[in-house]
Amino acid sequence: MTTPSSGASNMLNVQALSVEFGKGEKRVRAVANVSLSIQAGQTVGLVGESGSGKSTLGRAVINLIPIKQGLVQFKGQSIQGLSVSDMRPLRRQMQMIFQDPSLNPRQRVGDMLNEVLETHGLHKGVLRTPRIHELFQLVGLNPEHASRFPHEFSGGQKQRLGIARALAAEPQFIVADEPLSALDMSIQAQIVNLLIELKSSLGLTILFISHDLDVVEYVCDHVVVMYLGHVMETAPTDVLFSKPLHPYTKALLAAAPIPDPGQPAPQVVLHGEPPSPMSPPSGCVFRTRCLHATEECSLQTPALTQMGAHHSVACIRLSEI
Amino acid sequence: MNSLATLSVRNLQTSLLQKKGLLSLVRGIDFEVMPGETLALVGESGSGKSLTALSIMRLLARNAQWQCQGEVLFKDNQGLEHNLLTLPEKTMRTLRGHRIAMIFQEPMTCLNPVITIGQQISESVILHLGLDQSSANASALRALEQVEIPAAQQRFHEYPHQLSGGMRQRVMIAMAMICKPQLLIADEPTTALDVTIQAQILNLMARLQKDTGMSMLFITHNLGVVAHHAQRVAVMYAGQIVEQGSVADVFAHTQHPYTKGLLACLPGRARQLSRQTGQRVALLDIPGQAPSMAITPTGCSFAPRCHSCFEKCLQSLPEWRGLPAHTSLCHLEAHS
Repeated sequence: MTTPSSGASNMLNVQALSVEFGKGEKRVRAVANVSLSIQAGQTVGLVGESGSGKSTLGRAVINLIPIKQGLVQFKGQSIQGLSVSDMRPLRRQMQMIFQDPSLNPRQRVGDMLNEVLETHGLHKGVLRTPRIHELFQLVGLNPEHASRFPHEFSGGQKQRLGIARALAAEPQFIVADEPLSALDMSIQAQIVNLLIELKSSLGLTILFISHDLDVVEYVCDHVVVMYLGHVMETAPTDVLFSKPLHPYTKALLAAAPIPDPGQPAPQVVLHGEPPSPMSPPSGCVFRTRCLHATEECSLQTPALTQMGAHHSVACIRLSEI
Repeated sequence: MNSLATLSVRNLQTSLLQKKGLLSLVRGIDFEVMPGETLALVGESGSGKSLTALSIMRLLARNAQWQCQGEVLFKDNQGLEHNLLTLPEKTMRTLRGHRIAMIFQEPMTCLNPVITIGQQISESVILHLGLDQSSANASALRALEQVEIPAAQQRFHEYPHQLSGGMRQRVMIAMAMICKPQLLIADEPTTALDVTIQAQILNLMARLQKDTGMSMLFITHNLGVVAHHAQRVAVMYAGQIVEQGSVADVFAHTQHPYTKGLLACLPGRARQLSRQTGQRVALLDIPGQAPSMAITPTGCSFAPRCHSCFEKCLQSLPEWRGLPAHTSLCHLEAHS
């Protein structure tokens, strides 16, 4: 990831994106003024607590929900306001993997993949069946199970089907929204390894949304930390995890228990809970839970400031803390 | 047979009666929880850890037919030992929610949505301690303050839907703790919570445990939580405990291949090892999936997924090996 507005090698370029839900008093600004760009071949992690707007951002960048303000460019082409038919060829290139793959319980899984190929006019005629079998093998499933129904598969296998469905369209860019959260530990590791393998063999670019910092550190090249719709910090993975700068990032990392009793126990740095997104605090949205907040923090919304190579932080008190 | 343990579970077997026969889901497990101690029960979904908790509490769903065998011995504050499986329901009710309390993963489904939280908490002290409404209210309010709910006075009159997930779990804890139980069974209490809230809740539980000296049976799938919040751990797989010991021992000198597999598939653990060794440690998954509980294996239930599986594993049931302080259910003699 680089600073916005740079080069053509960007798969995705997002500038000053805002997404809002509701009207009047019930208006919620789920994503506020977010800029980011993802280069081809990168895996960018989007982390934050529930309500931080990470899923909303993930959906907005592939035009699944309307944008209030800002710009989203996919391979240099602006995607907002495109009609359904104009969107379709782009849709093929940008796919999504969901937490719950939501498979149609009455459709055979082979037919499900067939439908994707049919919609996009891929692998017609005699090539269709071999391609479906190939997709099954790609995600580690037995092609003989193509005539089965979703309920005949386990949780991990359903997630593999969800991945196969996304891959059927031969995308370049995938938004993976908490693809591991519903899975057991041993199955999570299987899916993580599958995603890493597919990414390198197919040359995918992935926006990986997760609340699990350990997984993000393992999978991603670059991480964006969100809080109440705002980006708090963004940095290359190793930098973010070894030298976090933003108080929120530090608190998140300190709260996650390391599975080793020899390591220090998790600390409670953050007290209380995130404020309601319907009435976010003035200035820095994190200030109500921040240990270092001063009056100044309530006056201005901190802008993302470049602190190093591809490392930006939104905090005005950074030099003092 | 008179041990010091607050809870000792001996050869507990829970089966579901079906038309086709018995479906054995908890397959003979033994463990003890000492006073003031936290025992973590770890396992993946379907391993039988929640069912174990529900069997102990005698809260198994009434819309199915269950069979519980073995012994669940609970020692109350007078030192009397009760076998919870054979107690009359009436006596069980005086213990449940009073001497033995339980909290669940999703507090929203456990709290009554149409009764204020203050009323729900005070109900328990009225029932078990025979307090009148006003002193019950006072003690419910104290309980809310004890679990660090801000503006407790105001929250007292609110309904569950007005609270956040973390607050609801605090209410559940207040409700469980109000009668000062000897034993708290916590079934995945922080799984649905964000990591910062999880840290708060776990800290709160540790503080309350220290204050009251209660024992805790902590059910979780999160080994990070186990590492820092339990003294001993029992690992469950397919209805059996496969390894049991002190947390430090089990993490440092893991015996059972399943436990080893679980630790190797944690990205956080891989990261920790990479930092120590300076080399990238790959994430090793456990191939395959947990076996169907309808089949009773002739050998070790983990054998089909085990890297170290050999002939004997498929043929005969493994026996406990190692010292009582740290044992595992495995055929492997020498372990690396």
